[in-house]
Amino acid sequence: MNASRLPAAEFEAEEVLRAAHAADVGRDQEPGGEMLQVLSSDGSMAGGMAAEVAGSTVDFAPYLSATDAPHLRSLYRDMFLIRRFDQESTALQRQGQLALWVPLTGQEAAQIGSGRALQPQDYAFPTYREHGVALTRGVRFDEILRLFRGVTNGGWDPRERNFHLYTLVLAAQSLHAVGYAMGMQRDQLADPSLPQGVSVAYFGDGASSEGDIHESMVFAASFDAPVVFFCQNNQWAISVPSSVQTKVPLAKRAEGYGFPGVRVDGNDVVAVEAVMRWALEHARTGKGPVLIEAYTYRMSAHTTADDPTKYRLSRDEQEWQTRDPLARLEAYLRTAGLADESFFEELGAEARSMATDLREAVLSMTAPDLESRFAAVYAEPHPLVQEELRFFQQYEAGFADEGKHA
Amino acid sequence: MATMTIAKAINEGLRASLAHDPKTLLMGEDIGELGGVYRVTDGLKREFGAMRVVDTPLAESGIIGTAIGLALRGYRPICEIQFDGFVFPGFNQITTQLAKLRTRSDGMLSAPVVIRIPYGGGIGSVEHHSESPEALFAHTAGLRIITPSNPQDAYWMIQQAVTCEDPVIVFEPKRRYWLKGDVDTRTPAADPFTAQVLRRGSDATVVAYGPLVPVALAAAAAAAEDGRSIEVIDLRSISPIDFDTVTASVTRTGRLVVAHEAPTFGGLGGEIAARISEWAFLSLEAPVIRVGGFHMPYPVARVEEQYLPDIDRILEALDRAFAY
Repeated sequence: MNASRLPAAEFEAEEVLRAAHAADVGRDQEPGGEMLQVLSSDGSMAGGMAAEVAGSTVDFAPYLSATDAPHLRSLYRDMFLIRRFDQESTALQRQGQLALWVPLTGQEAAQIGSGRALQPQDYAFPTYREHGVALTRGVRFDEILRLFRGVTNGGWDPRERNFHLYTLVLAAQSLHAVGYAMGMQRDQLADPSLPQGVSVAYFGDGASSEGDIHESMVFAASFDAPVVFFCQNNQWAISVPSSVQTKVPLAKRAEGYGFPGVRVDGNDVVAVEAVMRWALEHARTGKGPVLIEAYTYRMSAHTTADDPTKYRLSRDEQEWQTRDPLARLEAYLRTAGLADESFFEELGAEARSMATDLREAVLSMTAPDLESRFAAVYAEPHPLVQEELRFFQQYEAGFADEGKHA
Repeated sequence: MATMTIAKAINEGLRASLAHDPKTLLMGEDIGELGGVYRVTDGLKREFGAMRVVDTPLAESGIIGTAIGLALRGYRPICEIQFDGFVFPGFNQITTQLAKLRTRSDGMLSAPVVIRIPYGGGIGSVEHHSESPEALFAHTAGLRIITPSNPQDAYWMIQQAVTCEDPVIVFEPKRRYWLKGDVDTRTPAADPFTAQVLRRGSDATVVAYGPLVPVALAAAAAAAEDGRSIEVIDLRSISPIDFDTVTASVTRTGRLVVAHEAPTFGGLGGEIAARISEWAFLSLEAPVIRVGGFHMPYPVARVEEQYLPDIDRILEALDRAFAY
């Protein structure tokens, strides 16, 4: 870069990015690859969906719910509520009520579509942006926010919801998912009458570069573990485009491990659900793992601490707006006459009431005592923890005269 | 009562665990057909099958990470890391996941994973095969760390680790795998998280663990010839540390030497010295003296004898303690 191109202080970040991108044309373009889709961004629904997967043609028609109006409306409802939840959580963070928020806007179809395909005995391992999947597993909205309010590192009982706690070290949970699937495999051998469960590892394009993703795919393939790897390629790992993570479509990596990989339009909830149903059935019937790449876009920031104007073009953001997962399903529901105005009005009212309740729940969350944290380190009595707890209690008691030690 | 080596005692302990609880399983590299590079799992795959004794892909993070998943599903995985220096690819899973799951879940989840790690030097091997990284794990809350020094403890402590609801790392003194001793397979060993006084003495205390326990006992025997009565404590548990036993001993003897193969800087010896100087300050006749490795990566095999604490190094430390 020569001196004349250095940005002046008043230079807009957007212009710098535009210049940089122009000088490096195509670098942040996703490498090509087929993408399964039935509901296109203009809201039209294709009649069917089929693809060549691992050498044979898969017809996804039996897995599509394209004509089931109540089901489509309920998918839309989930996506609409989770987006409203996302907006409310962002507002709560801006008002200082949450330490941080991780927005999911843009990824509703990938999450709701895949989550709704799960059966009760299945078990999902999220990263930390899977609020939509959490919704499909029965996790309450306020439970999700407990972590971001800073009152817990968990928030719900994973065993009740078959939905693991958020894992912040990227890709670590992918191995847990495979191990869990190996356990499901053994349970099935011990008692064939059990409904076969499938474990699902959620991760993103950024995490796909982590070694744990590689190791988890090797283990899953070696042991034919009933696991589905669900990768949401939202194009951005904070500020780094997916082209830095991979030179081939991520779904193609599956071939190297010896199991099927499918790329689906992650903004098409009907296609995502169908592909996920197929993948779950594949794993459930002992055929081993599947990798799904849901091609989508993080329409908002990485977190509320992030500023996407520093690294990506608003032009690109606007382009992805036209592929919005909610807008296209709404368009289809309206034009096909599957939902009337009252449906959308009632849903809007439900979302507003949810947001009000959520706000109340967040504001009423109480911080745990540090004292209670001593009890959660070990399952069995531990002399050092007990000794330090005694010290802490005595130390705190010393402030009894002045009220609680701040 | 039977006489067996430490390696055989662990093998028998694992066999007992596998036979006792169908939810237990072994995972690791080369542990099945080969029986492990030290043959500690010899014959177990033949006896319990490939679903219970799993030859895993060569990936330590994968071994620990999938073990965590299995534990979440109700299994009790016992992982073997082939050598101390190879645990680090799995360090992330151990410290960020295994150790923290219980706290993360506010006490709802347990991860009863056992990790066996042959550790320590003195085997004339190449880089990464002779290290003592226990302090790195002891610093991590949520883990328990034990290390047997004799066949009786080896047989029982592995089984006690398996039934513990917390994650337990068992550091096995690999250069003592062939050390023989009596094993009472009917009477369980003492609580694995307590220390044991192996030799009574009145003039000074030597605390050691794992591979240095026989060295400490030999040093005490040599010191006895000079008229010094040395008490020897086998720490057995590195996290938690049984400070009560150590404090009680030092309160009587007034002098303490702590010996381990791991480098002294940032090691367990420093933690014990700090504790004892606080809790037994008025009983101390001398500062606590540490004996350990130097602040260097584990040296090449041809010079490791000079590096490893031996009888003379412990005697020299005792001399310094008695010089006060």
